[in-house]
Amino acid sequence: MTPFSSPRVLRPSGEHSPVGGRLLTPVTAVLGLLGLVSLFILAVRLVYGLGAVTNINDGYTWGTWIVLDVMVGTAFACGGYAMTVLVYINNNWEYHPLVRPALLTSVFGYTLGGVAIFVDVGRYWNGWAVFHPAYAQPNSVMWEVALCITLYVGVMWLEFTPAILEKAGKIIWLRRTRKIMFILLAFAVLLPSMHQSGLGMVLVAFGDHIHPLWQTNYLPLLFLLTAIAMGFAVVVFESYLTSHGFRRPMETPLLANMSQVMVTLLVIFLCVRLGDVAARHQFHRALELNLQAFCFWCEVILFLAPLLMLMKPANRNRPRLLFYAALCLLQGGALYRLDAYLIGYEQVPGWHYFPSVPEILATLGLVSLEVLGFIVLSKVLPVLPAPHGVAHVNGR
Amino acid sequence: MSITWGRESAARLGMSRREFLGFCTAMAASMGLSAVAGEAMAEAILAPRRPAVIWLALQECTGCTESMLRAEHPTLEKLILEIISLDYNEALMAGAGHQAEAARRASMAANHGKYVLVLEGAIPEKDGGIYCKIGGQTAKAMVLEAAAGAAAVIAIGSCASWGGMPSTPPNPTGCVGAPSIIKDKPVVTIPGCPPNPYNFLSTVVHFLTFGKLPELDHLGRPKFAYSRLIHENCERRAHFDNGRFAMEFGDAGHRAGYCLYRLGCKGPETYANCPSILFGDVGSGSWPVGTGHPCIGCTEQHVGFEKPIHALAALAGQTPPATYPRIVEEQGQGATLASAGVLVAVAAAAAGGGGMVMHNIGKREAESERDTRREEGK
Repeated sequence: MTPFSSPRVLRPSGEHSPVGGRLLTPVTAVLGLLGLVSLFILAVRLVYGLGAVTNINDGYTWGTWIVLDVMVGTAFACGGYAMTVLVYINNNWEYHPLVRPALLTSVFGYTLGGVAIFVDVGRYWNGWAVFHPAYAQPNSVMWEVALCITLYVGVMWLEFTPAILEKAGKIIWLRRTRKIMFILLAFAVLLPSMHQSGLGMVLVAFGDHIHPLWQTNYLPLLFLLTAIAMGFAVVVFESYLTSHGFRRPMETPLLANMSQVMVTLLVIFLCVRLGDVAARHQFHRALELNLQAFCFWCEVILFLAPLLMLMKPANRNRPRLLFYAALCLLQGGALYRLDAYLIGYEQVPGWHYFPSVPEILATLGLVSLEVLGFIVLSKVLPVLPAPHGVAHVNGR
Repeated sequence: MSITWGRESAARLGMSRREFLGFCTAMAASMGLSAVAGEAMAEAILAPRRPAVIWLALQECTGCTESMLRAEHPTLEKLILEIISLDYNEALMAGAGHQAEAARRASMAANHGKYVLVLEGAIPEKDGGIYCKIGGQTAKAMVLEAAAGAAAVIAIGSCASWGGMPSTPPNPTGCVGAPSIIKDKPVVTIPGCPPNPYNFLSTVVHFLTFGKLPELDHLGRPKFAYSRLIHENCERRAHFDNGRFAMEFGDAGHRAGYCLYRLGCKGPETYANCPSILFGDVGSGSWPVGTGHPCIGCTEQHVGFEKPIHALAALAGQTPPATYPRIVEEQGQGATLASAGVLVAVAAAAAGGGGMVMHNIGKREAESERDTRREEGK
C-alpha cells in the first residue's frame, strides 16, 4: 500500500528527519521557565518534606502528583505502547512512521511519571529496595507497578536509541541494536500491559474507599482499555500538534485509518464500563445529585462523543473532527482516572484535599519539561516522519 | 491466730498485738506469701530464743544501715534489734575497740553454725586487701572467718553484692562483692543503693520462719523482690507507650510527669520492686522515678555506677519509634483562592491553546477542501 509496508524500512531509510530550526523560541523559553519552577519545588520537597509543598494528608495520601503525573500521565504516555502493538504485533507497517514520535512522547511521559513517584514516596531514600531481590514482595501490586514502570522507562530509552544512533551516524551500532530490538519490543508490550492493568488493581485493593461507580474487579481491564485507547488518541493529538507547531503537512489519512481502532476500543470500553455498573446494580448511584454522579456522566459523554464522531468513516478524514475526538477521548480517559483515584475516593468526613499552588505548579512544570523535551529532541534528532514520506502519504 | 502474746511481748516490741499481726501479714504479702505464712512469721518473731546476727561493715558508707533504720512500719529498728540478737554492728553497738571485737568472736563461737552473717560494703582485694582493715584484720580475712560458721550469708547493698560504687572502673581498691569471696555457701544478695529495707527484712524473716532462704535468681537475689523489670511496673509506663517523654530536666514534659527514658532512666534494664513497694512509707510517688529522677539502675551490675546517668537504657522489649502519630492530625484544607485560581488559569490556557490549534486545523481543512473543489472544477 505504501513504501513503508515493506520490511526494507529496517535499514536507515531516511524515513525520519530532524525538524531543525532554532531551539530557543518564546515557547521553549516559557516551557523551560515553568520547568525550572517545578524543579525548585521538587527540591524543596526533597529537603523539607511533602508537607512543605503539598496539601496531601493522612486522609488523602495521593494528590495530583500521583493521580495526574503518574495515573493520567502514564496513560497519556501510552502512545508508544499502542503503536508498538499496532505496528509490530499486528504487523501494520504502514503506521511505522508514527512510532518514533509516539515513542518520544511516551519516553518523556513515563520518565516524568517515574520522577513523580520518586518525589511522592515519603522515604525516597529507601527507593532502591524496590529493585533488591531480598526486599521483593511479589504479592504486592504496588511492587509490580513500581518495578514495571521503572523497567519500562529503561526499555523505552533503549527502544529510542536508533534515533540517536542514526543522528550520530553509527550505522554498525544501528544494525546491532536492530538485531536485539525484537526483545525490547516484546518487553515494550508486556511491561505496560502489566502495569497499566496494575494501576487498576491498586484501586481494587482500596476496597470500600472507592465509590461504587468506580470500584469493580474489572478495573484492571478498564484501565488497560483506556490506556490503549488513549495511546491512539495521543498519537492523533501529538500529530496535529506537531503539524501545527512545526508548520508541517497534516498526516490525516494515516490517522484516519488508525482511528477505526479507537472506535473498536471505545465500543468495548463503554460496554464493559456501563455493563459492569448495571450488573453490579449500582446504576442508581449515577442518578444521584452529587459530584461523583456528575463526573460519571461527564466521563460517559467524553467517551461517547468521540465514538459518535468517528462512527461514520467519512468523518475520520475530517482533521478537525478527528482532533476533537482525540481530545475528548483523552479528557475522558484522564477524567476516568482522576475520578477513580480522587473524586470517587471516599474518606470519612472531616478530611479534605485540594492541590496546593506549588503542587499544581510542579505538575505543570513537569508537563512543560515533557513538551520541551519533545520539541528539542524532534528538532535535533530524526524523530518525526521525513516530509517527503508524509507528502507521499498525504498526496495519495 | 494462736500466737502467745503477753504483756512482755507488747513491751518488748512497743506495739499492740493488732499492729504486730498487721505488720507480719504485710511482710508476708510483700513476699507474695499467704496470710498463713504471716502467722508463722509472727510465731517466729515472738520465739524467746532469738538468733544471733553478725553485721559486718566493710568498704561502705553505712547507707544500708541508715536505710534499715528508716523502715517505719512500725518502728523497725526496735523490731530488728529485738527480734534478732544483733551481736555485732559497728554503727549501732555501744562497745568499741578490742572489746567489740571480742564480743563478736564470742558470739560467733557460741552460735557456731547458727548465726546469720550480714555483709555491708565491698571487699578490697588489691595489694592484699589492705585498703579496708578492722582491728588489724583485712576485710577479706574477716569475711572468710565469719562466713565459716554462718548458717546464712546475706549481702546487703550493691557494694556487698558485686562491688557496687567502690568497684566503678577503674576500681582503685580492686574491690569485689561477697559472692566472689565466699564460694562454699550461697550468698543472698540484696542489691540497691540503698536497698529497700523490706527486701532485707523479708528475707531474714523468711529464713527465721522456714529455716531456709527464699527462692533466689542466678545472681543470688530473692525472686520476690528482683524478678520484675522496673519498666514493666512503672507508673509512667503509659507515657512511654504513648511516646510522651521528658526531654530535659524541668521542661514541660518533665513537669507533667512524662516518661524519663530519654533522660537516661535505666528502668528498662533494671530488675527491682521499687515501683511496687516504694520507699520510706510515705505513700505514692516515693521512689526515684516517682520524684522525677531517672532510675540509675543501682540494683544491676554493669548498669548502676557504670553507665552514665544520661545514657539511654538498653530496651529488652519494645523500642519506642522515632515518631508517633499526633493525636489530632491535620485533615487537609479545601481549595484556596490562589490554588483554585492557578488551576483555572492552567485550564484556560490549555483550552485557549486547544482552540488555537483547532482553529488552525479548521483553516487548513477549509483550504484543502477549496483546493479539491477547484481541481474538480477544472
